Amino acid sequence: MSYFTDSIRQLLGLKPRKPRPEERLPAVVEAYAEKRRERLTKEKLRQVEAGRARAKDRHKWRNRRWATLVLVNLLFVLSYHFDVQLVEGALTASRVIGFHMADLNAALQVMLAYKHVVLNLVIGTSTVFVLWWLLGGRTFCSWVCPYHLLAEGAEAIHLRLARKKWVKDVRFHRGVRIVLYLLFALLALLTGYTVFETISPTGILSRALIYGPGLALLWILALLAFEIFVSRRAWCRYACPIGVTYGFVGTISPLRVQYNMQSCHHEGDCRKVCLVPHVLDVTIRGRAKTLHTDIGADCTRCGLCVDICPTSSLSFKVKGLDKVL
Amino acid sequence: MSEPKTPSGKKRPALSPKRRAQNRREFLRTSLLATGLVAGSLTGLLPALGGANARLRPPGAIKDPQSEREFLAACIKCGQCVQVCPVEAIKLADLLDGVGVGTPYIEARVQACDFSCDGLQCVLACPTGALTHEIDYPAQARMGFARLSRPDACLAVKNQGFQGLARGAAFQGKLRYEEIDRWNPIPVADHPYDLPLCDLCVRQCPIEIRIAQCAAGKPPSGDPNQCPPRHAIRLVPKLDGEGAMPVIESGCVGCGVCEMICPVEPSAIVVDIDRIAEPDSGING
Repeated sequence: MSYFTDSIRQLLGLKPRKPRPEERLPAVVEAYAEKRRERLTKEKLRQVEAGRARAKDRHKWRNRRWATLVLVNLLFVLSYHFDVQLVEGALTASRVIGFHMADLNAALQVMLAYKHVVLNLVIGTSTVFVLWWLLGGRTFCSWVCPYHLLAEGAEAIHLRLARKKWVKDVRFHRGVRIVLYLLFALLALLTGYTVFETISPTGILSRALIYGPGLALLWILALLAFEIFVSRRAWCRYACPIGVTYGFVGTISPLRVQYNMQSCHHEGDCRKVCLVPHVLDVTIRGRAKTLHTDIGADCTRCGLCVDICPTSSLSFKVKGLDKVL
Repeated sequence: MSEPKTPSGKKRPALSPKRRAQNRREFLRTSLLATGLVAGSLTGLLPALGGANARLRPPGAIKDPQSEREFLAACIKCGQCVQVCPVEAIKLADLLDGVGVGTPYIEARVQACDFSCDGLQCVLACPTGALTHEIDYPAQARMGFARLSRPDACLAVKNQGFQGLARGAAFQGKLRYEEIDRWNPIPVADHPYDLPLCDLCVRQCPIEIRIAQCAAGKPPSGDPNQCPPRHAIRLVPKLDGEGAMPVIESGCVGCGVCEMICPVEPSAIVVDIDRIAEPDSGING
């Protein structure tokens, strides 16, 4: 239950809680004490990190993810251009080999605006719900959403500029995302128009890829410029309602990243690469309550932390799979 | 929220003035961000709901001639209607079109809907019912209503024939000519005409074509339900016996083929989208 409530807190943008001393298991308290006794030297830490940086598989999950993202979007594009009817439509709604799929957030906007749901949409929404429930909810963001890939590029530029002190990451309150989520839901309900879709970079990009570019891409450019020069990953972090919708699905998903506090060196590399670093607060020394902690549902399961962790303390887990096998 | 407590139950020490100023600045710029995004998204709302730029929509679009509200609410902007259309009549609106980013429309003069799919593929493809599944046949569509906007320019009114390519050799639009290929539409530019009196708007009207097929005992797809109950357009000889006048009748569905095929520039006949014929209560048969 605490996984669920902690995930909801993260999605609402509330500050992560520090555990009270009595909340930590004795084994965890002992593990932290052990680490204090055997303090790692800076030299040793650097060595381990450098070892990871040289490892052949240091981009394993990133490469798999980029390949998946490109493949999924390419399927839409090629299927239309060669008229093979494998995947019809765009990311907002589609038919895959004739079977209806509908993006959960786009479908929600339509339901609120239209106040009427046809059977095809019920089928499409349920299919996609089950799919992303199995796959981790916000997995959609990092493994499918085309804007995510562009934003990763913008982020790399932003970080390079920040290192040269040419730009500084302007931060906002993460709670604004849920406020925007409610506002867009309310606007759809009151105006009877899917207001958010006008500025949805996911929809705009997906359509531009499939049906050809348009002026709406200027909005995408504006967002990317904002993320390069003003605020790191601003759209995904502070604005996107699609991420919130899939985040809610993720609260009950069995696919998670799991943290092992025993092997962790607490050097914090994972939080530096993370799109949503607040989900990794448990990796700060003293924050873990149990030996293994599942990372909350705001996590996009992108695997960057798994790739960079020098001690393999973060890994993908399917909850309950070990019991089944 | 009540005063936050630390885990041990003590009151949190008051925030330093510096910290408080930081929090205030964060709140202000976050509010600014939210306001900006909402305002940005609303710019798409006003022109779309205002209907000032209204366009011809695909068959079955749930709208009445004066308002597209329902259609705009229901469209999920996926473009599946675009993908299934055999003549590629459907386009998706862009940012400045002012009819809802990503919603489908038809530019009849460029490429009209000629119903060459027979089965209303776009309606079948629509996942949200924005193109209503309540219609099954072309004759049930009510997209708009044709109007002879420039009778003085109309070749039939001027008692003139027409020879050659209706829209010139460079025209990209397609139509299905059943006598040439039952299944595949061909470019209008590959199909020259030689008509003693121009009757292109009547000759190519998808409704009139179906009526003729049914009269010959060969309804489209062998389905008598495909037979339109009423005529859409007819050439009525003028009283002076010189030429004829295209007269639009209550079976017109507003598909726009007449506007597309009309050989005079600009078209002498156009589809109005703020008018439709009385919808049918039932199908012929």
